[in-house]
Amino acid sequence: MSTTMVTNTITNPITGTVTDTATVFSRELRPVLRNPFSVIFTIVQPLFFLALFAPLLPDTVGGEPALQWFVPGIIVMSCLFGTSTTGANLLLEMQSGSHERMLVSPLSRPALIVGRALKETAPMFAQTAFIVAVTIPFGFHLHLAGAVVGLLLLAVFCVGLGAMSYALALASKSQDWMFWAIQQTLLFPLLLLAGMLLPIDGGPGWLRFLARLNPLSYIVDAERAMFSGSVVSSTVGAGVLAAAAVAALGLFVGTRMIRRA
Amino acid sequence: MNATMIRARGLTRHFTVKKETVEAVRDLDLDVRPGEMVALLGPNGAGKSTTLRMLTTLLRPTAGTAEVAGHDIVTDPRAVRRRIGYIGQGNGAGHNQRGRDELVSQGRAYGMSTAAARARAAELISSLDLDGVADRVVSSLSGGQRRRLDIAMGLIHAPDLLFLDEPSTGLDPQNRANLQDHIRRLRAEHGTTIVLTTHYLDEADQLAERVIVIDHGRLIADDTPARLKADHAGDRISLTFDREDEARRADAYAAGIAESARVERHGANLVLRAAGGTRLVPKLLRGLDDAGIAVAAVEVARPTLDDVFLNLTGRSLREDGAAPGEIAPTDKTGRPNARQEEYAA
Repeated sequence: MSTTMVTNTITNPITGTVTDTATVFSRELRPVLRNPFSVIFTIVQPLFFLALFAPLLPDTVGGEPALQWFVPGIIVMSCLFGTSTTGANLLLEMQSGSHERMLVSPLSRPALIVGRALKETAPMFAQTAFIVAVTIPFGFHLHLAGAVVGLLLLAVFCVGLGAMSYALALASKSQDWMFWAIQQTLLFPLLLLAGMLLPIDGGPGWLRFLARLNPLSYIVDAERAMFSGSVVSSTVGAGVLAAAAVAALGLFVGTRMIRRA
Repeated sequence: MNATMIRARGLTRHFTVKKETVEAVRDLDLDVRPGEMVALLGPNGAGKSTTLRMLTTLLRPTAGTAEVAGHDIVTDPRAVRRRIGYIGQGNGAGHNQRGRDELVSQGRAYGMSTAAARARAAELISSLDLDGVADRVVSSLSGGQRRRLDIAMGLIHAPDLLFLDEPSTGLDPQNRANLQDHIRRLRAEHGTTIVLTTHYLDEADQLAERVIVIDHGRLIADDTPARLKADHAGDRISLTFDREDEARRADAYAAGIAESARVERHGANLVLRAAGGTRLVPKLLRGLDDAGIAVAAVEVARPTLDDVFLNLTGRSLREDGAAPGEIAPTDKTGRPNARQEEYAA
């Protein structure tokens, strides 16, 4: 047995973090790949929203056909559900000891978070493809380039949200209920205030004011713009800023929580 | 290679529990040389795991410094992490993962290429007898199999220094013996430095060449098991007499025959503690015979590490195991009459 097996004694910190992120990401994704049926339900779930909610919408929302307005919202919503629960998987691993095992390894701390959060975005891509495929026959118009850029932006936001969920799991330690209480308490106001299911424009002033404070509102607006084919606009710019801010804040809080031990 | 694997000075860790400061580890100095096999022994809550968690970078010390495998645990934790292996109290493999997959990703985490990690995983799977189960989901493995998988994960990068936190807790005696064999072999074949915590006396005694006794966060003894026993316990010679007055008379004689022994009398029983007990017994019996005191029975017991602990702290380590008062079968289920009802029916 020789110690030459350990090849990363001198590594560039940036390529090191990228490799480490890939390691964490592929570890997280592997059980899903080994058993793809485990995520079928997650992928199909947004369909219920489409089937049962979309018929309640008027023909047009904000001057757009309702479906064109509604589909990006549903995509952001599923992404929100997926990544905000990243920490729940971590809770299990904290209790069993596999999280500790990862912490003792030289894996870069941000990679531990980003790898996990990215895993939650992987089903999102499959989900989006599925939703789009199902809605095209009903008149949804796909702008491919816009949709792809939109998903990348969403992935950045998801990393930030996943990191916050991770930090929340670390903070609630072995008390699962605390994680779920906080996650649920924050999730629904964020979701509703972002105008994901119903437009905010017609609401009272205080509601519109709160919506403007919600970073998710800018993401949802940017996604709608991009899914309609407009990639370069101030709406998208605001969305990029919001996503970057959430990602930066999430990673900052998450790595701090890990190091604070 | 540097001359010390671990060098800790004044290592201290406080926790705040309900606004009260708990000193889990106090001012610990520790030196471990390459190739040593060291056991940290102490009751639950003595500070063993906290010490281990500081040395493995999982916990920042409140005060003090430590260099592990040549690197500072606070200023360069990542370098420490690269050089050490750690097998914690829990199971390291994700329950929904397959063992082999976890071994490969563990290798990748330590910077090995996928090919090297695969090869090494295969090697460890066969040497830890995991061939039949490595491709099954971890949640379907038995406790002993999971523990062996933990060991394999801790060894994937062939660390020079391996930490094990309560490695055999929860294992049945057969699996425990099996695990101890693996640890011994690791050291014999690769010269790995091993630091483990345990509250099993026999484990520390049989496995470690050096035992560090910790109590209330402090190091209270540090030596080979044999020397600890010789210095702090001695053999236990128990003499039984037919009558109490014989024992009383023997008490006075015994002190003269075995000068170094500590003598205690309990009724018609006399207990002597002394080094070299087996050689002392014939002399003792002859002396008592000459004085006309007949000994009814003799028993000589080698000292255990529990005797050492008892001598050092005044408490027995076994107390935190299965204390007699704990065995209250009716309280566990809350249905004290369940069995009687069964019989009645």
